[in-house]
Amino acid sequence: MAESHPQSLLDALRPRLAAVAGLDADALEAEQIAVLGRKSGALTALLRSLAALPPEERRAVGAAANELRQAFEAAFEARAAALAPAAGAAGAAGLDLTMPGRRRWVGAEHPVTRVVEEICEIFHGLGFNRAIGPEAETEWMNFGALNFPADHPAMDMHDTFYLDVGGDARPGDGKAVLLRTHTSPVQIRTMLAGPPPYRVVIPGVVYRKDPFDPSHAPVFWQVEGLAVDEGISFVDLKGTLLHFARQFFSPTTKVRFRPSFFPFTEPSAEMDVSCYLCGGDGCSACKGTGWMEILGCGMVHPKVLENCGVDAERYTGFAFGMGPQRIAMLRYGIPDIRLLFEGDMRFLAQLGRAR
Amino acid sequence: MNVSRRWLEAFLRRPLDSADVARRLAALGATVDAIEPLHPGLEQVVVALVREVRPHPNADRLRLCDVDDGSGTPRHVVCGAPNVTAGKKYPFAPVGSTLPGGLTLEKRKIRGEVSEGMLCSARELGLGQEHDGILELTTDAAPGTSFLAVADIADDRLVVDVTPNRPDLLGHKGVARELAFSFGGTFRLPAVPGSDGPAMPTPLRSGAEASTGGVRVAIEDAVGCPRFLGAVLRGVRVGASPEWLRARVEAIGMRSINNVVDATNCVMFELNQPMHAYDVSRLKGPAVVARRARPGERLTTLDGADRPLAGSMTVIADAESAIGVAGVMGGAHSEVTPETTDLFLECAYFEPQGVRATRRQLGLSSEASYRFERGVDLWNGPEVLRRAVEIIQATAGGSLDGDPVDLFPQVSHPPRIFLRPARVTQVLGVEVPWDAIERYLVAIGATVVSKPDDGRIAVDVPGWRPDLVAEIDLIEEVARLHGYDNFPTELRPFRVGDLPSAASEGIDGRLRQGLVAEGLFEVQTLPLGPAAGAESVRVLNPLSAEEGYLRARLLPGLIRRVEGNWAAHIRDVRLFELGTVFLAGEVGSPPREEHRVAGVITGAREPAHWSASGKSPDVDLWDLRALFESTAALAYPGATVQVEGGEWVAHAPGGQVIGWAGVASADAPPWAAPVLGFELLVESSPRSAPRFEPLPVNPAVTRDLALLVPAGIAAAALGDAIRKSAGRLIEAVEVLDEYRGAGLPAGHRGLAFRLRYRAADRTLRDQEVDASVTKVLTVLREQHGIELRAS
Repeated sequence: MAESHPQSLLDALRPRLAAVAGLDADALEAEQIAVLGRKSGALTALLRSLAALPPEERRAVGAAANELRQAFEAAFEARAAALAPAAGAAGAAGLDLTMPGRRRWVGAEHPVTRVVEEICEIFHGLGFNRAIGPEAETEWMNFGALNFPADHPAMDMHDTFYLDVGGDARPGDGKAVLLRTHTSPVQIRTMLAGPPPYRVVIPGVVYRKDPFDPSHAPVFWQVEGLAVDEGISFVDLKGTLLHFARQFFSPTTKVRFRPSFFPFTEPSAEMDVSCYLCGGDGCSACKGTGWMEILGCGMVHPKVLENCGVDAERYTGFAFGMGPQRIAMLRYGIPDIRLLFEGDMRFLAQLGRAR
Repeated sequence: MNVSRRWLEAFLRRPLDSADVARRLAALGATVDAIEPLHPGLEQVVVALVREVRPHPNADRLRLCDVDDGSGTPRHVVCGAPNVTAGKKYPFAPVGSTLPGGLTLEKRKIRGEVSEGMLCSARELGLGQEHDGILELTTDAAPGTSFLAVADIADDRLVVDVTPNRPDLLGHKGVARELAFSFGGTFRLPAVPGSDGPAMPTPLRSGAEASTGGVRVAIEDAVGCPRFLGAVLRGVRVGASPEWLRARVEAIGMRSINNVVDATNCVMFELNQPMHAYDVSRLKGPAVVARRARPGERLTTLDGADRPLAGSMTVIADAESAIGVAGVMGGAHSEVTPETTDLFLECAYFEPQGVRATRRQLGLSSEASYRFERGVDLWNGPEVLRRAVEIIQATAGGSLDGDPVDLFPQVSHPPRIFLRPARVTQVLGVEVPWDAIERYLVAIGATVVSKPDDGRIAVDVPGWRPDLVAEIDLIEEVARLHGYDNFPTELRPFRVGDLPSAASEGIDGRLRQGLVAEGLFEVQTLPLGPAAGAESVRVLNPLSAEEGYLRARLLPGLIRRVEGNWAAHIRDVRLFELGTVFLAGEVGSPPREEHRVAGVITGAREPAHWSASGKSPDVDLWDLRALFESTAALAYPGATVQVEGGEWVAHAPGGQVIGWAGVASADAPPWAAPVLGFELLVESSPRSAPRFEPLPVNPAVTRDLALLVPAGIAAAALGDAIRKSAGRLIEAVEVLDEYRGAGLPAGHRGLAFRLRYRAADRTLRDQEVDASVTKVLTVLREQHGIELRAS
């Protein structure tokens, strides 16, 4: 008998009230019949059965049952209205709410800017402040101070644009003015500006005399970093860059370091990250190797420190540099670097929404 | 540097897998860019056993063979080779396979007999010119085994990316040294087929002059040529190289020329020492002298070009004239020819910077100059000469005439470097055990002279490593051979730097935000372009004339991008750029750089919407003005915008012009809307924080004045006049409306202003405001001749 007691029937019906708002048209009709149907509706039957109760109980249960009936009726009506085919047109003032809204132009920052900002932010979290510097430099700042031996094959890696600034400076004499081939001169400027410790990240545009092709441009972005202090070692270099890779790509990213050569660092290394598309299994993005070359790095060469008046016996440091355009191309699947320069509205809108 | 896998195998005396070699070299710092299998097209060729040979019934010179190719089905093959013998094994190309020459084999009848494939000669397999018969294989391999698996010819060419600091890796010996360490094994120079071993006596050490085999040898330019070794070989037979030597030079991508030239090239790719062989009969004197070029001297180089020489260049000369550009290229006149019988062999060290300067001046690069520029081993000449003589004698015969000579006027030794294990720990972050350090140094060929008793060890570095000059270079070697991945990867505590972040970075961020909110997309354009005015800075060596100058303004680049969008039939374009422009500075100094922001808008003001029947008016100058002003406020604190010469110009508080806005000219299709653009200097100094001003608590009172304004009076001037004459209660004066047209006297327009009054301390009374308005109207009438418009 307990199950069929009006009070418990009432309690059983209550939760179904909230569910009405989620019913589709067919389910709504079925529920209407099941609850309020004239013949077999559960609530109808309950109301009918009230007559059999003692007067006091009848009053209490009856009030609650009527209240519930009204609530169900309102819910069914509201749901039916919401589901009506002309719901849009039948909106408040007879408007068709399916009509498109009034949009505004939405702009976006350049995808490379976004990558640069993200890189700088991650290093900011590791205590690196931002430094910038001029794009036209003297040969000494771009090469000499960075331990490029005068007129050495290492400079062949940097096809350089020289500028006509008058005067008698000639390429090769250190005084000639050029477009910086890397952001590394800002390392020099940073160290000349004051004593260690240094911890800077350097975003900027650099120039190399490479004609445009799908993966080269005569102008490209670089983000470089420099950390110099007592006790900084190769272990810090590896730890810092692994942390960066995991923040930037994914928490499971793996890194590997391969020996390399840059005149301004020693030991020098290339850092590869496990391909973030295939996770290291090998795919077309990583040319089947499972790895992607991301940045060059190394321990700051003692000569570079000495060139900046920093005691190279006391202070050690690391530096790194990477190409945000290449990283943006990998991340967004951009096949041709020229797309980054063309300013095509469709391209910018497409990637403006990307993260 | 092209490396042959088989050549490495000869050094290491073990079979190698090219992919494995690539991995090992990469881990040691030499990236392998490509692995190119040589002899492609032989994959389908198998070892086959000829079981029976019978005469062909219809042809005397053909034979019928029963061939076991491992497939289980005996193949009937018609063979024309005289040497086909039952019971022997030969390479067999089955039906369906394609040979290197492009021939695809089919089952066909030859003189009435079916032939199912081909027994191949060396030439048919692309392995040489010999066509005496089919290639007999001496192998235990079962029929059906891949030919490449048993033949001694399969090879891969590894294209190694050698960094400029590692000239030693430009020779197979250097690469083998790295691999020997990686494998934990040893390496040695491969034996020369047909040789009983090196037989050359140690060259006689001399100063600047000596003679050998009747040839006078001298160094007159000891700066450009610090060391010069020479030997004379007489009775040499110049001819085709033997198979092994041809395979070596072809494996690394060179053309086989003759046994003598191939031998010197072989030595170059083995030991990274370019050599040169001269025909003694062509040498005047006979003499070979390293000296500076003489004024007006010319030389026809091996490539046939007649070249003028400069006095700064080191040349090799005979008694009369230059016969080679030192370290770059030999001369045509004295080169070895098939008729040559007597050779002078040169093995010299040329100074890297001199070679680099010379080859640049001549615009002539060679395998030799590439190596000398990076530095060959100054101390290895005797070994190289001995090796070359051994190979030439084994392949071309001849005998030494006299003892070879070794001119070394200023004898020197490879440097000695001191390494402190404590410094290794300081730089690398962990202690590397002393015995490991010693092992690594020995592996690269260094000699550890002393034990670390006084906190440092003395290390004599090998001559083939000119990059090792300081302690840090040895530390890198320790790290490299220890394996970078074997060092811990820890984020250790650090101190932050004291230098504040560059202020302009934050300002750039705010400008971007502001312009993105205005619906503009950021672009990055090429900062190079055509000349634009006297202040343009010229690039001395541009990629093209169209990109011959640095940009002096941002807008032209943006307008090119607008035109690019038009070309794609996009009419609504909204772009901005933040970047550097370059203006000529003082003579001899870097150009002045300005950090600027520019924007362009063209096309519809808003996306089309149905509520306006799909029409949206195009942006106009008033959109531009607002964009210009809001951007100027972000870019340069205190900037004001004024009208000058029919355009808007922004001024800094000091009066300096810092920006411009107006209609930009563009190469526009007929359907395009006008392009409106602006450009502004970005002031990068930190901004002062705004100060809070109490919000008004008392209501404002507004009055609208509709004025009849004669021509020649600007709205801004009128606004100023109103503001000045309205007294201290005026809070704002805004232009409400402009009317031109019917009902107005000629040359007049109607301008409506809204005046807003407010007092900070009380609610204004109407009388106060009315009094001010009356005063304003009086001043307008009396001083400007302006009346209220009759309504």
